[in-house]
Amino acid sequence: MAVSTRRLQKELADLKKQGTPVGIDLLSADNFEEWFLSLEVLGETVFVGEVFCLRFRFDSSYPISSPAVQFVVDDKWQAPMHPHVYTNGHICASILGNEWSPVLSVVSVCVTLQSMLASCKEKKIPPGNDRYVRHAPDNPKETRFAYDDDT
Amino acid sequence: MSSADEYSDDDAGYYDEDDDEMLVDDDGSASEMELDPMNDFHEGSSRRKIYEIDYESLSQADVERQMKSEVEYITSIFGVTVDVASLLLRHFDWNKEKLIEKYMDNATTVSVAAGITPPEKAPKRPAASGGRLHSSSELSRESLIGPRRSSRRVASAATKSSKSKLLERATPPRQDEPFVCPICFDDTQTEFMSLVCDHKYCKGCWGAYIESKVKTEAESWISCMAEDCDVVATDTFVQQVLGEDKGTWGRFQELLVRHYVSHRPELKYCPYPSCTYTVSCSISRASLATQVPIVTCGNGATHKFCFGCNVDSDHRPVICPVAKMWLQKCHDDSETANWIKSNTKECSKCQSTIEKNGGCNHMTCKKCKYEFCWVCMGPWSEHGTSWYNCNRYDEKASKDARDAQSRSRASLERYLHYYNRWANHEQSKKLSVELYAKTEKKMEEMQITSELSWIEVQFMKKAVDEVIKCRTTLMWTYAMAYYLEFGNEKELFEDNQRDLERAVEDLSELIESPLDPEVIKTLRQKVTDRTVYVTKRNEIVLEDTARGFLEGRWTWNSPVAGLD
Repeated sequence: MAVSTRRLQKELADLKKQGTPVGIDLLSADNFEEWFLSLEVLGETVFVGEVFCLRFRFDSSYPISSPAVQFVVDDKWQAPMHPHVYTNGHICASILGNEWSPVLSVVSVCVTLQSMLASCKEKKIPPGNDRYVRHAPDNPKETRFAYDDDT
Repeated sequence: MSSADEYSDDDAGYYDEDDDEMLVDDDGSASEMELDPMNDFHEGSSRRKIYEIDYESLSQADVERQMKSEVEYITSIFGVTVDVASLLLRHFDWNKEKLIEKYMDNATTVSVAAGITPPEKAPKRPAASGGRLHSSSELSRESLIGPRRSSRRVASAATKSSKSKLLERATPPRQDEPFVCPICFDDTQTEFMSLVCDHKYCKGCWGAYIESKVKTEAESWISCMAEDCDVVATDTFVQQVLGEDKGTWGRFQELLVRHYVSHRPELKYCPYPSCTYTVSCSISRASLATQVPIVTCGNGATHKFCFGCNVDSDHRPVICPVAKMWLQKCHDDSETANWIKSNTKECSKCQSTIEKNGGCNHMTCKKCKYEFCWVCMGPWSEHGTSWYNCNRYDEKASKDARDAQSRSRASLERYLHYYNRWANHEQSKKLSVELYAKTEKKMEEMQITSELSWIEVQFMKKAVDEVIKCRTTLMWTYAMAYYLEFGNEKELFEDNQRDLERAVEDLSELIESPLDPEVIKTLRQKVTDRTVYVTKRNEIVLEDTARGFLEGRWTWNSPVAGLD
């Protein structure tokens, strides 16, 4: 059995057994290539009352390399308005790129993104959004993001 | 340029025994060069020409030996293991002076930054660090305030704190149940490995991780798989993990060599695909203004490149900054320039290029809003109401405008003059593969139709070699001439260039002409003579130019970057 399948089986079993962290729900995990999770930011934030949908795509090199993660943008879902999230749903976050570590999981990515949204003070789209969205590849992993340090 | 010691070389005897018709010039160097093209790098230093430089070609093993001696030096000073010394040097980009200074100053900080030891846990969580056991390196026992390499951390503070919480969550419970690798959760795995940070994973996952780092990211600085852990895998660890995977291990070693070479100003990696040779040459930045450091790596005479810039061929006699300027210009202009020249005019006020694709002759420049007449290029205001009809050809204003334009045309034409000649030689050079094939056929034919032996028809191949070499020189002489300031020196340069070009074209014609079995002997005589002559003309061009650089004889017609 491929490592990615075994690992995702385990993650799925843990999710079913222990449940998801608050604000995160598993929408669908019908195969080991694509999962959808919903994400809600709790407490007093600029995103109060908004629910987002995250799409995870895994290839056989998961978890050695990161999954492709993006917010779903369609008739039903919208991407959050955040300086690190492009309007096509692509996310600029270092843990999805050069700081990915194989010990991270689907849930830990969700929690990280949740806290990224929670720490947002002002709803703003990323600079250069239009240009990026126009030329963006389908898979956000093909984009080389330059990560800003906004500590 | 002729010298007695060159003549005394063993090779010179070749012609004497074998061919008494051969006219060996009083300058023996010419005939020797074509006899032994390998001379250049076998005996480069002892018989160096003015346009050549001293250098040495190193194999990967040679460079590894150098690296090893650096590592050993550090081991002997600090009494650390080879693995630790290697990581320290790599962290300091092989700058051992800096390493020694910083390490003397604060060994623990340096060790943490170099990924040798994990930082001590922050004092607020003493319980967490209590359980950890560090296996190796006495360094780790010393307490330290771990300033992590903040430059590599880019996640926000909020994200980071949540991540460390997650890490605990993701780590499997460590009770009595058997240890399961937290990455693959494969309970059939039995072999686990960890770095000094004690983050344990199975050997399979380590292997996949290192392979992906080395093969897809070309990264030799491989940190622990745990999140936010900056401990780096030592060479020994990598080798253990990879075990039988010799391909990845070999690539890893190559990456280490590349890293070393890239931080040594006197070393340069051969730019040819999949070549692992390195060239060592100690030319200073400043002398690039007077010397062209063309080198050949030990892997083959065709791996010729410039040590001073990124041109992967011989760009003698032109110095690097001028060669770069020329290539940049060709990249910008050339074909585009041709089209622009024949299809557009320039606004006589702001020089914007305008293509007229319809409409009347009353032009309004989109950029500067200048209104002018397309026919005479003079200002429209003087045209009054004579729409669509220009009768003002000799008026002063329009004459001035046309003069300005013809000046710009002249400059473009001047460029194209040089460019076309440059491109012509380049094109001929590109056809050299076919020329070689054709020549080979001819050589076979000669062996059949005349009594000449294989070795005796080699003169044809030598002639082709020489023609191609000289075309490279000629190509670059046009780049040089384009930038040379008009004057006597330039005229002398162009005289030499012309002589070489004529000689090359003569020889070229000769070797491409159809074979007549009757006159093969005379042909052979002629080709050999002319090859020697061409070689000599090429030397004259290269030598005179090189000498001119040293004497500061060349003046440029536009400012050259990197020259004072």
